[in-house]
Amino acid sequence: MIFDEKVMEMLLEGIRDTLFMVLVSTAAGYALGLPLGILLAVSGKDGIHPRPVLYRIFDIITNILRSVPFLILLILVIPLTRAIIGRSYGPEATIVPLTLAAAPFIGRMVESSLKEVDHGVIEAAQSMGATDGQIIVKVLLGEARISLLIGVTISMGTVLGYSAMAGVIGGGGLGDIAIRYGYYRYDTQIMIITVVILVALVQVLQFIGMRLAARVDKRKK
Amino acid sequence: MAFLKADRLCKEFISDDGKISALSDISFEVEKGEIFGIIGLSGAGKSTLVRCINRLEEPTSGCVLFKDRSINGLSAKELRKERRKIGMIFQHFNLLMQRSVLDNVALPLEIAGAKRKEAREKAWEYLEAVGIPDKANAFPSQLSGGQKQRVAIARVLASDPELLLCDEATSALDPQTTRQILALLRDINKKYGITILIITHAMTVVQEICDRVAVLEGGRLMEMNTVKELFAHPRTKAAKRLLLIQEDDNEEKEAVL
Repeated sequence: MIFDEKVMEMLLEGIRDTLFMVLVSTAAGYALGLPLGILLAVSGKDGIHPRPVLYRIFDIITNILRSVPFLILLILVIPLTRAIIGRSYGPEATIVPLTLAAAPFIGRMVESSLKEVDHGVIEAAQSMGATDGQIIVKVLLGEARISLLIGVTISMGTVLGYSAMAGVIGGGGLGDIAIRYGYYRYDTQIMIITVVILVALVQVLQFIGMRLAARVDKRKK
Repeated sequence: MAFLKADRLCKEFISDDGKISALSDISFEVEKGEIFGIIGLSGAGKSTLVRCINRLEEPTSGCVLFKDRSINGLSAKELRKERRKIGMIFQHFNLLMQRSVLDNVALPLEIAGAKRKEAREKAWEYLEAVGIPDKANAFPSQLSGGQKQRVAIARVLASDPELLLCDEATSALDPQTTRQILALLRDINKKYGITILIITHAMTVVQEICDRVAVLEGGRLMEMNTVKELFAHPRTKAAKRLLLIQEDDNEEKEAVL
């Protein structure tokens, strides 16, 4: 039957690899995407320090990166992945294309979160003599933190979806299992199980993220 | 030497329909320690005018002299320093919703370079000065409008300003709360010697608190006088119109009562 020890072990390993990829790639994606998002929000037309040319350059780069289909990106960056990780397959290697796909997406999420901050509050800080840096740290990031947190949750869900796609080139994790068993070996049952686990993981991440966001929000009574 | 002087301020906005003149040739002086009102109906250019004073808005021409120093010639860094001496409170309070009341008041101290802990300790004083130390750990969403404006006033006091700009600071409040906030403003004017510039559309506010008042209509300064004189002998149609509106309001209130 499908639930023998070996299959269980494989699935558990798949879950572990998937979570590893998602968490590390999302964190690395934020390391790049958070500064990018701040830059876009600050230098944009209604930002606190409009710089039209700079905005346009990063706006275009972000759009280009975002419009490359992930499957193509996976293959395109194989040389880079080899250079950084040493090989092009397995969960560690998948982190490279995942991060590159996540960063521009995260940048847009951060940009839109920061743009939601009430302009009056920013003006109040400006009237106190705050520098742009102080406004970013003390006002924008602080006031947008709920929206940013929800953004993290959404980003994780997206990265999880991408990570499953990496199974096509032997990326490891649950997607890899689903493709190997479901697609190459016609083992529909294992494929369905992995899909169910993937769905469950997204649900759990979403649930945790939303609960956390609701808990730290001070706007409600 | 005037404490604050607006010298031929003009502000034009470029829109799709061409240039719109929001302020034309505005000049006035405010003396140290006085409470000066600028009154006008909505669209008269009041907010633009007050925002030109701390350069949240750049005037098209003309300049603002604060203690004989032109605000308009300052570099970004100098302007930030000068802005700490010019506090501002707003119609919609503009408090940080994700910070507690105490941390809101601590913000200008942090901006001036104080450590978070020091800033918080000092913030207590100002909360006491505005009469709501018991709300220190509450969040703005838990406060009434009047309490929010008290927090905003405590926050402005924390930067130890010499001049306070009030942009329709009581327009979102009911009449009773308005009176309390105005009383508080008069207190800090006396106690800390802070000069106050009030922008309002309500004659009652001017009558209650201002020493002198300027009438703004269509981006022009129509008339300027002591409050007493203006009420007794309004010279321009603009002033008469504003006084008339107020009488209507009073009659309405009486009718309701």
